[in-house]
Amino acid sequence: MSAGAAEPLLAVRGIAAYYGAIQALSGIDLEVREGEIVTLIGANGAGKSTLLMTICGNPRGRGGRIVFDGRDITALPTHAIARLGIAHVPEGRRIFPHMTVMENLQIGAVCAAEQDFEGDLDYVFALFPILDERRHQRGGTLSGGEQQMLAIGRALMSRPRLLLLDEPSLGLAPLVVRHIFEVIAEINAERDMTVFLVEQNAYRALGLADRAYVMANGEIRMEGTGEELLADADIRAAYLEGGHG
Amino acid sequence: MTTVDLGDRFGGDGVQWGAILKDAGMAALVALVLTLLLFGVRLSDGGGGGLQFRPWWVVIAVASVFAGRGAVALWIGTRKPASAAALPWFDRALARLSQHKRLLFAGFFLAVAILPLLPVADRRMVDLATLVMIYVMLGWGLNIVVGLAGLLDLGYVAFYAVGAYSYTLLAIHFDLSFWACLPLAGAIAALFGVLLGFPVLRLRGDYLAIVTLGFGEMVRIILINWSDLTGGSEGITGIAVPTFFGLRFTPTPAAGETAFHQFFAIPFAGIHKLIFLYYIILVLALLTHLFSERMRGLPLGRAWEALREDEIASRSLGLNPVLVKLSAFGIGAMFAGFAGSFFATRQGFINPSSFTFIESAIILAIVVLGGMGSQVGVICAAMVLILLPELARDFAEFRMLLFGGAMVAIMVWRPRGLLAHRVPSVRLGPEPPGARRGGPP
Ligand SMILES: Nc1ncnc2c1ncn2[C@@H]1O[C@H](COP(=O)(O)OP(=O)(O)O)[C@@H](O)[C@H]1O
Ligand SMILES: [Mg+2]
Repeated sequence: MSAGAAEPLLAVRGIAAYYGAIQALSGIDLEVREGEIVTLIGANGAGKSTLLMTICGNPRGRGGRIVFDGRDITALPTHAIARLGIAHVPEGRRIFPHMTVMENLQIGAVCAAEQDFEGDLDYVFALFPILDERRHQRGGTLSGGEQQMLAIGRALMSRPRLLLLDEPSLGLAPLVVRHIFEVIAEINAERDMTVFLVEQNAYRALGLADRAYVMANGEIRMEGTGEELLADADIRAAYLEGGHG
Repeated sequence: MTTVDLGDRFGGDGVQWGAILKDAGMAALVALVLTLLLFGVRLSDGGGGGLQFRPWWVVIAVASVFAGRGAVALWIGTRKPASAAALPWFDRALARLSQHKRLLFAGFFLAVAILPLLPVADRRMVDLATLVMIYVMLGWGLNIVVGLAGLLDLGYVAFYAVGAYSYTLLAIHFDLSFWACLPLAGAIAALFGVLLGFPVLRLRGDYLAIVTLGFGEMVRIILINWSDLTGGSEGITGIAVPTFFGLRFTPTPAAGETAFHQFFAIPFAGIHKLIFLYYIILVLALLTHLFSERMRGLPLGRAWEALREDEIASRSLGLNPVLVKLSAFGIGAMFAGFAGSFFATRQGFINPSSFTFIESAIILAIVVLGGMGSQVGVICAAMVLILLPELARDFAEFRMLLFGGAMVAIMVWRPRGLLAHRVPSVRLGPEPPGARRGGPP
């Protein structure tokens, strides 16, 4: 709220990104306002993960600006961006497999701006009670759903102002997906957490989101509120037909 | 060629004689090429520089390789696939032992602490124990870099050398005591660790290993060539032994000086000095151990392990990989520096030949064979790797064979190291409050 209602928490302006000579993103414009849940949907290989990673500084965004909380972060290294309060839950979770649940959560908290480890831990365990039960189990031995919960919990331990989630529902059973989406809604409602959610599960994501972007071939193709896009015939055809998993 | 996975090739039901013969034949061919010159030709002793041919040696070598390889292939081909857990009884025994961990540790520590005072302890035994302890300390130091931070460092001996030379030069030119030089030598080695760490920050795995190997050799070659400072390959002699609170270990004290044995009114014995040195390295090694165990519970130690596990995830959690890696290099190097100082004072002289690549390799072998990151594993591996060649001196030329055999055996039956098991740094049950974290690194 520091920058006022007009200034978005995250603004991406005209950003491109490359893997070597290959252009993965071009002319990306989007914004995420404080307290919003914004979702980004698109087919496999559209560049969604690349966009999240570019926001985090790797690969570096080119040709435009990425502004977080009024600060140009385009040229900052990944760890410095994380310390400003952007927590990235990467695709594939990337928890630390040989470390216990507790140790994973502790690393999440290492760079927290404000420190209330016990309080944050209680909060994460309240969101995901299963993690409390598994607190001394190695991350690599958790089930896929538990690993996703751990990845989200670890990100929350850093007390972010913006949570970037990359396909949290990937490969999980419908019941688990529902739980995770409920938790996303809960942290947004209770903690006023701003969430930028990348999903292939477009139906659920659009139902949850305040606003949404649609991406294809490294470009933003469409933008609107969740309801608008849910009602859009093209979107329905492209992303929603064939199962409401 | 001969390194193909036999388990795959003979994975079928029946024994495939053709494949076995072919494999053994290939191995025999390699043996032929290798032994033709090594065994088959010999400069005759009787002057004139003539060559003497010994075909039977080659035949015997090739035949035994053929038979051996064939037997191995047959054995692997006919037995059941190896279970995932190698030597299950070893794991069970370990599990049973670890139930009495406290007791075992206490007993082991007591034994180590009173070892030199036992009546059976002679000079050789105390000296050997000191040698093992040096390598335990080096292993624990390198464990920070390799085991915790996951940075494969093949040039660790460079920091050992830097510590030894820093200590020696400081002690000789500035007439500083051991205890004053020790922290300085550690600091200089740590500085080198950071300096050498900088260029390799972006490298991983094999590349990092090769470059650090190069650094290790560079340091040694500089030590040889900078003879004004280092005495070249002759090295430096006349390094003083530390004093026991100012009391020297000498049978002939200077006028007005009280020597150690005089002060305690005991007859002079050479072993006193050795026992004193043993306790110094014991304390230094314990410090290394306590430090790294403590670090594992602190944010910086956590960050080392996190970076080892997943660098990308670590960065997105705000860990600065540059600082985290450099701190691991620096702190690992610092302990090598301490150990190097001790080495110099124990030997009384140093020269570059003590700091060859084989030292790095042995220290790394101790860490890897012990089970990456396992502190107890380092003790076990150091005992095997240092004691075995020493004790096997009676076997003369076979001792390196034994050494190699032990390494191969460990890698075959314990491929992840003797004690391959990461102990969580957070204990079960409630934790003492405040033990969980400090500031960011
Ligand atoms: N590390 C990489 N190197 C080169 N190309 C990559 C890399 N990662 C992704 N890409 C390419 O970038 C494009 C976008 O990928 P990605 O961002 O993973 O898509 P999405 O997350 O939408 O499925 C794809 O064509 C992919 O092949
Ligand atoms: Mg993706």
